[in-house]
Amino acid sequence: MRIPVSWLREVVAVPHDVDPREIAERLIGVGFEVESVDVRGAGLEGPLVVGRVISIEELTGFKKPIRWCQVDVGADAPRGIVCGARNFSAGDTVVVALPGTTLPGGFRITARETYGHISDGMICSERELGLGDDHDGIIVLATGEPGADAAALLGIGDAVLDIAVTPDRGYALSVRGIAREVATCFDLEFVDPGLTLVDLPAPAAAAPHECGSEDFDACALFTARTIRGFDPTAPTPPWMAQRLTACGMRPVSLAVDVTNYVMLELGQPLHAFDEVALHGPVRAGWARPGEVLQTLDHVERTLTSHDLTIRDDRGPLALAGTMGGVHSEISASTTAIVIEAAWFDPRVISRMARRHRLSSEASRRFERGVDRVLAPYASARAAALLLELGGGEYAGMTGVEAPWDPPRIPMPADLADRVAGCAVADGQRLLERTGCTVAQRDGTWEVTAPPWRPDLVDPADCVEEILRLFGYDRIPAVLPAAPAGFGRTGLQRLRRLVGLGLSGAGGTEVLTYPFVGDADHDGLRLPADDARRRVPRLANPLSDESPYLRSMLLPGLLGVVRRNRGRGIDDVAVWELGRVFCLRGDQRPEGVTDPVRPSTAQRPTAAEVAALEALLPAQPEHVAAVWSGAIERGGWWGPARAVTWADAVDQAAQVVAASGAQVEVMQGVDAPFHPGRTAILSVGGERIGVAGELHPGVCSAFGVPPRTVAFELDLTSLATRARVAVAPEFSAAPLAKEDLALVVAGDVPAGVVAQTLRAAGGALVEDVRLFDVYVGDQVPPGHRSLAFALRLRAPDRTLTPEEIAAVRSACIEAATREHGARLR
Amino acid sequence: MSAPNKSFDPKQVSDLSAGAVDAMEAAALAAIAAATDPDDLKAVRLAHAGDRSPLALANREIGALPPAAKAEVGQRVGAARGRVRAALDARGEELQAAHEARALAQESVDVTVPVDRRPRGARHPLTTLMERMADVFIAMGYEIAEGPEAETEWLNFDALNIAPDHPARTMQDTFYVGSADSGVVLRTQTSPIQMRAMLGRPLPIYVVAPGKVFRTDELDATHTPVFHQIEGLAIDRGITMAHLKGTLNHLAESMFGSGIITRLRPSYFPFTEPSAEVDLQCFVCRGDSVGAPERACRTCGSEGWIEWGGCGMVNPRVLRAAGIDPDVYSGFAFGMGVERTLMFRHGVTDMRDMVEGDVRFTTAFGLEV
Repeated sequence: MRIPVSWLREVVAVPHDVDPREIAERLIGVGFEVESVDVRGAGLEGPLVVGRVISIEELTGFKKPIRWCQVDVGADAPRGIVCGARNFSAGDTVVVALPGTTLPGGFRITARETYGHISDGMICSERELGLGDDHDGIIVLATGEPGADAAALLGIGDAVLDIAVTPDRGYALSVRGIAREVATCFDLEFVDPGLTLVDLPAPAAAAPHECGSEDFDACALFTARTIRGFDPTAPTPPWMAQRLTACGMRPVSLAVDVTNYVMLELGQPLHAFDEVALHGPVRAGWARPGEVLQTLDHVERTLTSHDLTIRDDRGPLALAGTMGGVHSEISASTTAIVIEAAWFDPRVISRMARRHRLSSEASRRFERGVDRVLAPYASARAAALLLELGGGEYAGMTGVEAPWDPPRIPMPADLADRVAGCAVADGQRLLERTGCTVAQRDGTWEVTAPPWRPDLVDPADCVEEILRLFGYDRIPAVLPAAPAGFGRTGLQRLRRLVGLGLSGAGGTEVLTYPFVGDADHDGLRLPADDARRRVPRLANPLSDESPYLRSMLLPGLLGVVRRNRGRGIDDVAVWELGRVFCLRGDQRPEGVTDPVRPSTAQRPTAAEVAALEALLPAQPEHVAAVWSGAIERGGWWGPARAVTWADAVDQAAQVVAASGAQVEVMQGVDAPFHPGRTAILSVGGERIGVAGELHPGVCSAFGVPPRTVAFELDLTSLATRARVAVAPEFSAAPLAKEDLALVVAGDVPAGVVAQTLRAAGGALVEDVRLFDVYVGDQVPPGHRSLAFALRLRAPDRTLTPEEIAAVRSACIEAATREHGARLR
Repeated sequence: MSAPNKSFDPKQVSDLSAGAVDAMEAAALAAIAAATDPDDLKAVRLAHAGDRSPLALANREIGALPPAAKAEVGQRVGAARGRVRAALDARGEELQAAHEARALAQESVDVTVPVDRRPRGARHPLTTLMERMADVFIAMGYEIAEGPEAETEWLNFDALNIAPDHPARTMQDTFYVGSADSGVVLRTQTSPIQMRAMLGRPLPIYVVAPGKVFRTDELDATHTPVFHQIEGLAIDRGITMAHLKGTLNHLAESMFGSGIITRLRPSYFPFTEPSAEVDLQCFVCRGDSVGAPERACRTCGSEGWIEWGGCGMVNPRVLRAAGIDPDVYSGFAFGMGVERTLMFRHGVTDMRDMVEGDVRFTTAFGLEV
């Protein structure tokens, strides 16, 4: 809301030594975000006068048409001025910057030769004066005497406050509302211009136009005042046009400008109809489905039964409280005017404005709540202005209204003190300054909110009014003493551990968007029936290419790898920790159509909470990492080391280890990994994730180099498997080392052989570690030799050679039995 | 005591005169001083302090001297041998130290060559910033509350007193999951976690909730559809706005330095009443730049304050929706944008840097902010 300070001062007597900045500061202090204080024509200095164009000579032979004008500026002789604009004719009143004037931006006007003439000044446009963006032509004034000071006429030097009004404070979208706040801030008397019914002449004989409301819930108050014999050529006075412009509205015609002016002044949107276009009583009523209305923005709108219209016997005339219709608009020949002033349910207007994507000055006010009783006062003010400025005969008012009682809010008298945490002086008086009345009864107040404050419903609302006017800065700062907490949960600690571990290993954390599409699923080579394709879909995705929520972190990470490589970073190690989404059970991508919506008047029941939870997809937290290029740089120490599948498995195993769980690694096949280089990781037999080298097809689909490696683990699941470590028992007795080289078929996994050895060796085996793998002439084709180092130890004594030999042969025997192994 | 030396070879008899012993000592000390490395010194030790060295031989003959001379000569020879031994030890240490120094000097390398064989990693600054802010609250006894990112519309809006017609509920602002009527959204704020905490935790409640939130904004320098908030909630008997201010000041001081405070400006949020905007005192200029163009501050735009977040007293309607009696309990809530905090705290000027995953951005922050 833009409000000229001069207009504010007209309503409330702010002392003259208070400058606009201070007014703005005070308003900010009570909750009105003043985004800027603009001074109209800031930087403009010097003689700016009203001029009347006496004659125009069209100059030809130049690149563009140029006019040589003789302009009366109140002096003895007219001045010759060159002007490039064409939107004026002889006799028009214009604004002339005389030599010596400095325009905003520092441009100084001098008498200078141009286009073969001495131009003795400049005829100005809005933009040249810093009043607006209009540069289509020069300003043509409606009135003004040549030589008069144009700066005053244009409101130059007047400060305009640009206030961002919060959605609960509809009343502040008016000079009236802001003036009340200013009066309270400076503790000045405030005479509410919205509470006085202006005097109107006695109605003429002819009856006013009839009106009505078909639904008192949607339209509780509807009034119509009629003026006939209005002069359609009567101009808008400059002071009014200037204020409308300062407030960001464009002057249109006297009748329309007056309705807008009163709306800005009092906060009541009004609409003026040409009575000639009305057939039968004008009234508020629901549209019949399929009705068509062309609104003032020249859009044909097909209406539904949820659209509240202003209508007559023939159908819709306007979208109630939102926008008028072309058919009944005020025209250059309108002489009979019907001024509609009404109260509409904010929800109805808000829904309608949203449905039609139509936000107007009127709808913005009705959505936020307009004064429930203001309509007849505002229309009286408008009628008086129209009669004064455009003449005509007042025919009177018709109206309907549903009964209304202002809500009463009981509240403890000390509630504001209790909410603030300190004694709040003068609470009752502060509340009364907002327009509330307060009745005291045994330590309890009964607050009656004024009709312009539909936002005041609960005691808490009243407390806010008291405290914001009391001043938030006067409330002390005290730290509450919270009871002892239990710190981070296991999962929360695990996240930090995993993050530090992966970063320490050279990985960089990234946060990717969770939006994916079919191309991602296809690129990952997920089979058509893969559960990871069962993902929720967004109703309104930012991009149609990525309408789903991710079920894996990898596609996002691969995109980041590609982007980094595109920027010349060849070796990339990135990881992410985040939620993924999967539909549960019989959940469908499009969701349900009748979700549970518990009442908010009390706590939802356990069944309702369960029903709410059932709406949501599964959202486990994953951790994933991708490496591409070298994991160790090359340098004076030797060549770079390219990352391999083994690095991915090792890092994944370390993540599992961070949780305290014991990782199990098994050979497997799973998209998006290389079918021969995929490690399935489990804990306690339960699958936790996958690590290895990515399928070459996946690499090319995502534009990352071949041999890119990755892992993805379910951190939520892992956190539940974390366990408290138990101190190991270990022996100080001497160690015995035994090496075993076993030849097995090529498809026997080394990990499984190691497990066999461990089991066969029994309690004396401290560790089994594969230290060499050999394939070549020394072993049969299709076989490989696995060399294991066994560490044997007894808890309490030195092992005898016989004991060591027994373990060794037990191991060989078991390996032979279970894997067909042969000692090499 | 040694037996009288009765049989000796007169040719081997050393001259035990003072001059002779002094000469032996002088020769020994000269040889010690001349030794240049530990091996050299070993030979000197053998020659001048070994069993066959002149001083050792001289010592052996003392027993043959008449008793009257024994004491005097014994003392002289003993002292000379002592000095030779001391000189040997001292020189030995010197030569050993010099030897080691030479060996170490030979092993010296250029430590300025690159050694970062493994590239450095980093956590994302948004992660560490959230953790850092949460730590402030954990120190006060708060716990970290969490909730799902795909959230029910009821928890994200209805329960927070955001009416069905509220503009925030349009598809222009909110991602709807499934369809516009399926009751599931990507949470637009961390506030549904408040509601989950109130429904799921025993009173009193002191929680902080960092998390990811979603709005349908296209990515540009100042907007991203996925961003982060951190939210705080305290529900207890007798919680006041003074407590809210004290808590925010403590957070400001913990994050931005001693004495930094916050300021509340009245505002509007459906789930708090009264509501306020939180401004942070500029931690760079502390207000000195206001009205002083020569001391312009880029961090606060010479305003002295930085818009930081929103807060207020939990609306009794929200308490009621959670089954908490607003006549007995009251609470405060506040929330801040983590991206915004990172931007002004660390001078990040483009939102895209935080989301694109360029490793050069993230690694600059290391493991802690």
